[in-house]
Amino acid sequence: MLKKGIIYGINGPVIYLKGNTGFKMSEMVLVGEEKLVGEVIALTKDTTTIQVFEETTGLKPGEEVVATGDAICVTLGPGIISNIFDGIERPLDRIKDSQGAFISRGISVDSLDMEKKWDVTLKVKEGELVEGGTIIATTVETTAIVHKSMVPPNISGTVTFVAPNGEYTLKDTLVIVTDTAGVEHPIGLMQKWPIRVPRPTKNRYPASMPLITGQRILDTLFPIAKGGTASIPGGFGTGKTMTQHQLAKWCDADIIVYIGCGERGNEMTQVLEDFSKLVDPKSGNPLMARTTLIANTSNMPVAAREASIYTGITLAEYYRDMGYHVAIMADSTSRWAEALRELSGRLEEMPAEEGFPAYLASRLSKFYERAGYMENLNHTKGSVSIIGAVSPQGGDFSEPVTQNTKRFVRCFWALDKALAYARHFPAINWLTSYSEYLTDLAPWYRENVGENFITCRNQILALLNEESKLNEIVKLIGSDVLPDDQKLVLEISKVIRLGFVQQNAYHPSDTYVPLEKQLKMMQIILYLYTKCKELISYNLPISTLREQGIFEKITSIKYDVPNDQLQLLDGYLEQIDEFYTTVKNQYI
Amino acid sequence: MAIEYLGLDEINGPLVVLDGVQNASFEEIIEITVDNKEKKLGRIVELYNEKAVVQVFEGTENMSLNNTKSRLTGHPMELDLSPEILGRVFNGIGQPLDGLSPIVPEQRVNVNGKPLNPVSREYPRNYIHTGISAIDGLTTLIRGQKLPIFSGNGLPHDQLAAQIVKQASLGDHSDEDFAIVFAAMGVKYDVADFFKRTFEESGAMDHVVMYLNLANDPVVERLITPKVALTAAEYLAFEKGMHILVILTDMTSFAEAMREVSSSKGEIPSRKGYPGYLYSELATIYERAGIVSGKNGSVTQIPILSMPNDDITHPIPDLTGYITEGQIVLERSLHQKAVYPPINVLPSLSRLMKDGIGKGFTREDHQDLANQLFSSYAKVGEARALASVIGEDELSPIDKKYLSFGEAFEKEFICQSVIENRSMMQTLDLGWKLLHILPREELDRIDTKILDQYYPKNEA
Repeated sequence: MLKKGIIYGINGPVIYLKGNTGFKMSEMVLVGEEKLVGEVIALTKDTTTIQVFEETTGLKPGEEVVATGDAICVTLGPGIISNIFDGIERPLDRIKDSQGAFISRGISVDSLDMEKKWDVTLKVKEGELVEGGTIIATTVETTAIVHKSMVPPNISGTVTFVAPNGEYTLKDTLVIVTDTAGVEHPIGLMQKWPIRVPRPTKNRYPASMPLITGQRILDTLFPIAKGGTASIPGGFGTGKTMTQHQLAKWCDADIIVYIGCGERGNEMTQVLEDFSKLVDPKSGNPLMARTTLIANTSNMPVAAREASIYTGITLAEYYRDMGYHVAIMADSTSRWAEALRELSGRLEEMPAEEGFPAYLASRLSKFYERAGYMENLNHTKGSVSIIGAVSPQGGDFSEPVTQNTKRFVRCFWALDKALAYARHFPAINWLTSYSEYLTDLAPWYRENVGENFITCRNQILALLNEESKLNEIVKLIGSDVLPDDQKLVLEISKVIRLGFVQQNAYHPSDTYVPLEKQLKMMQIILYLYTKCKELISYNLPISTLREQGIFEKITSIKYDVPNDQLQLLDGYLEQIDEFYTTVKNQYI
Repeated sequence: MAIEYLGLDEINGPLVVLDGVQNASFEEIIEITVDNKEKKLGRIVELYNEKAVVQVFEGTENMSLNNTKSRLTGHPMELDLSPEILGRVFNGIGQPLDGLSPIVPEQRVNVNGKPLNPVSREYPRNYIHTGISAIDGLTTLIRGQKLPIFSGNGLPHDQLAAQIVKQASLGDHSDEDFAIVFAAMGVKYDVADFFKRTFEESGAMDHVVMYLNLANDPVVERLITPKVALTAAEYLAFEKGMHILVILTDMTSFAEAMREVSSSKGEIPSRKGYPGYLYSELATIYERAGIVSGKNGSVTQIPILSMPNDDITHPIPDLTGYITEGQIVLERSLHQKAVYPPINVLPSLSRLMKDGIGKGFTREDHQDLANQLFSSYAKVGEARALASVIGEDELSPIDKKYLSFGEAFEKEFICQSVIENRSMMQTLDLGWKLLHILPREELDRIDTKILDQYYPKNEA
C-alpha cells in the first residue's frame, strides 16, 4: 500500500504535510492532482517537508501527496546519448512533442524511448555466474558508442535464462539471474539508480593520463588528468561557457555529459545546434553522437536545478561502468549552490557565510569526490572527470562557493576580467591558475609527447612570471629604461602570450591543437629566445631585432601552420637561424 | 456563487493575512473590496491550511481588519490581451490608465509564463541595426537577445534606450511588424513622460504598449509589472508574429521591491538583504526573451538598471550579467567628458554577436576589427595609467600613439549625436580609419588576409 499525506502549507517550491506520514528521507513523491514530482527533504513528528521540482502555482492545501517508495532515480539504458533532458531526466524533445514550445507541469513522459527496438547481442550463457557490473549484452547506441548493458550492482547469481540475439525494447527481459536464495531477477536493457548515491566501483587508480583538450594553456600549462577535477571560476563575460564548450567539443573523452545548470536557454540551443553539425576530429562522428545534454535553464524550477548536477553525474558513472572515459561539464556549480541557498532559505535554516547553508562545503565535496579513474565492478577501467564552472558574485574569488570548490578540486583555471576586456581568450590567468596533476602526469608527457615537454613548459611559465614582475616596474617608470635583456623578456613573453597562450576558438586550425604542435611551438619560441639572447649579449639593441619581423612571424604560427601539415614547423627553426646570421653579419 | 470573506486577520505593510479560506490555491488572485467601493487585487504568496498570506498590489492604505470583503477569483494573475492593446497605456497590473475603456479580451493569459523549452528555441542570428557605432560595431544587438544597459543615476540611459528604439525598430527598411512594449517599474514621472513623448514625436505611439508603475505607485504592483509586460510581448510575438522590443526600466526598483516585500514576509535574507530567490526571479523575467522555432515573431529585451553607487559587483547588476546575453555599460567619466553615448566598451559585451555578424550578415572583417578595437583600447588604459605616473612627455612613441588613438576612439567612434544614425558600413570604416593611427605591427588580432585588404603594408 502506498503511503499518502495531505498538503498543509505551501511556500514557493517547498510544501509541508501535517503529521507523521511515514515517508522516507529523499523519497520521490507525487504531489497533488497534477502529480508534480517532489522529494522528501525533512521529517519531524508533526511535519513532512517536500521540495517540488515543478511550479507550485495553483496547488491547494488538502490535495494528496503520494509516496512512490523509491528515492529520486534516473533511468539508465540506451538512448541517453544524443539526447537532451531536464534536471530530473525528462527528455525535452518529447516534452516539446507533447506540450508544444513551453514546458508545462505534471508532465508524465518516460525518460527513454520505451518503444524503440535496439539490436542486441547477448554476451552471457546459461549457467554462467554473474555479479554486479557483468556485461550481459551490447547494442550500438550511436555511431560513436557501443552501449554495454550490465547486471545492476546489487545483484549476483547464476544465469538461468538468456534471450537469443535480436531486437528488443527497454522493457524486454534479456537475462534472468537466480541468486543463492533462489530469487529470480529479470534483467533487461534498462536499470534505475538513485541520483544521490554514487555507483559502486572496485578500486580507484591514481591520476596517470591527461585529458587532452587541444587547448594550449590547459594541456601545456595546467593539465587535467582523466578522472580529475577542475574548476573554472570567472565573473560574467570572462568566457566560462566558451571554455566549457571548447572542452566539450575537443577533449578526448569518449563521452561528454554537459549540464546546463541554471544557465541561459539560448546557450543550450547553441550547444544542440553546434554539436549536431560539428564532427569529432578523431572519429569522424558528429559530436552529438558522444554527448548528452542536461538543460535546466535559469527559469526552470529551482529544485530541479539542484537535482540536475546529480542526474548528470549518475549518467556519467553509468557509462564509466562500461569502461568509458567520461567528462562532465557542469555550467555552473554556483547556480546549483544558489539553488541550495534558495531552498535552505525557504526552510528557514540558519544561514552561514553569505546566506549559503552550512552544508555547502560537504555537498560540494560529495559531488567532486564522485570523479575518479576507477576499476569498475566488471574489471574494466573508466573515468569520470568533472569540470565545473563557478560564477563568483562580483567576480570576487573570496566568496564561499569558489573558496570551498578550491578545497576539493585539483585544477584551478582562474578566468581574468582584465584579459577578457582585452579580448584575450581563453582568459585564463597564468599567474593565479594551477594544476596539482602536473607531477602525476609528467611521466606520461615524457613518454608520449617528448622528453623535454615539461622542461619547456616550465620555461614558458617562468618567462611569463618574469614578465609580470617586469611589468610592475614598467608601470612605474616606463619600458624605455629597462636593459635590453629584460626588454627581450618582454618581447618574448608577448610572443608567448599572443602566439601561444591566446587561442582563437573560431579559427579552423587554432580551435584545436594537437600536443605535438604545442610542443614544437614551445620549442620554436624558446629557440628564438636563446638566439636573441645571444645577439643581445653582443650589445645589439632590441630594436634591431624587432625590425626583422621575426617576432610577428613566430606569433602567427598558430594560424599559418594547419594541424595536418605539421612538417611546416621545422622550417621555422631554419628561419630563426637565418635571422640570427643576417643580424649578426649586418651589425657585428 | 463565490464565498466572500469578511475582514482580515492581520495587515503588515503590503501583506494581509486571511484566515478560514476554503479551497484557495497557491498564487491565486484575490479580489478585495474596501468599504464597499474601492477594489484591490492581491495574490496568495503563502498558504497554510486555511490561512492565506496575500500580497495586495495596490497597497494596503485604507484597509482595516474589519472593512474588507475578499473573494477568491479561482485563477492566478491573468492579463487580458487582444491586438487592441497597441497604442494603449496601462498601469502595472494591466488596467487602463489612459481613460479609455478596458479592452475586450481575445485571450486571458497567466502572467507567470512558462519556461521555454530549450529544444524549441531558435538560436538568434539576425542583428538589429541601431545606428550607434559603439553598439553596432562592438556589442551588436541581435534579434531575440536580452541585452541590458548598466547605468548609474544621472547617466543618459533613457536617451540611449530611446535612440535605440527610434533608430532600430522604426527603421523604414522593414515590412515586418514591429512593436514596442514598455514597462516602467518605480521610475520617476518625468522618465515615463520622456519615453511617451519620444514615442509620440517619432509617430510610433500606435505600436507601443506601455505598462507604467511609477515611483509613487504601490511597491507590490512593481513585482508583477515586468511579467505583465512580457506576457503582452509574448502574445504579440508568438501569437501575432510581430517583432517586439521590450524596454524594462528600472530593474533595480524591481529588485528593491522584492527585498521590501521579502523582508515584510519575514524571510531569511541572503546577499545584502535580498531574498535567496533573487537570481531565479530575475531569470524568469530575462529568459522570456527569445525566438520560438517555427514562429515568426521574436522578443528582444533591453532592460535598464541603475547600478547602486555605480558598483557593477552589486548583486543586481551582477546576477543580471550572469543571466543576460551581455551588457552595455555606461561610464560616468566618459559622460563627464561629454561623450554621448558614454558607453565603456571594455566591460560591455554582446554574447550573441559572434554568430550574427561577419560574412553574410555584416562584413567579413567585423569580428576581427571589433577584437582589435577592444584590444587596442585596453592598451590605451595602460598607456594612460603610465602617463599619469611618469608624465605624457616621457612616454615611448608607441604609447603616445595609443594615447591619441584613445582620444580619437572616444571622440569619433563612441561619441555621436542623439539623432545620428550611422550605417553599419560607416561604423566599420570608421573603425579602420582609427586603427590607421596605430602602426600595422600593433594590430595583432587581425587575420593577415583581412589586414592586407584594409590596412595594406605600403600604407604602414
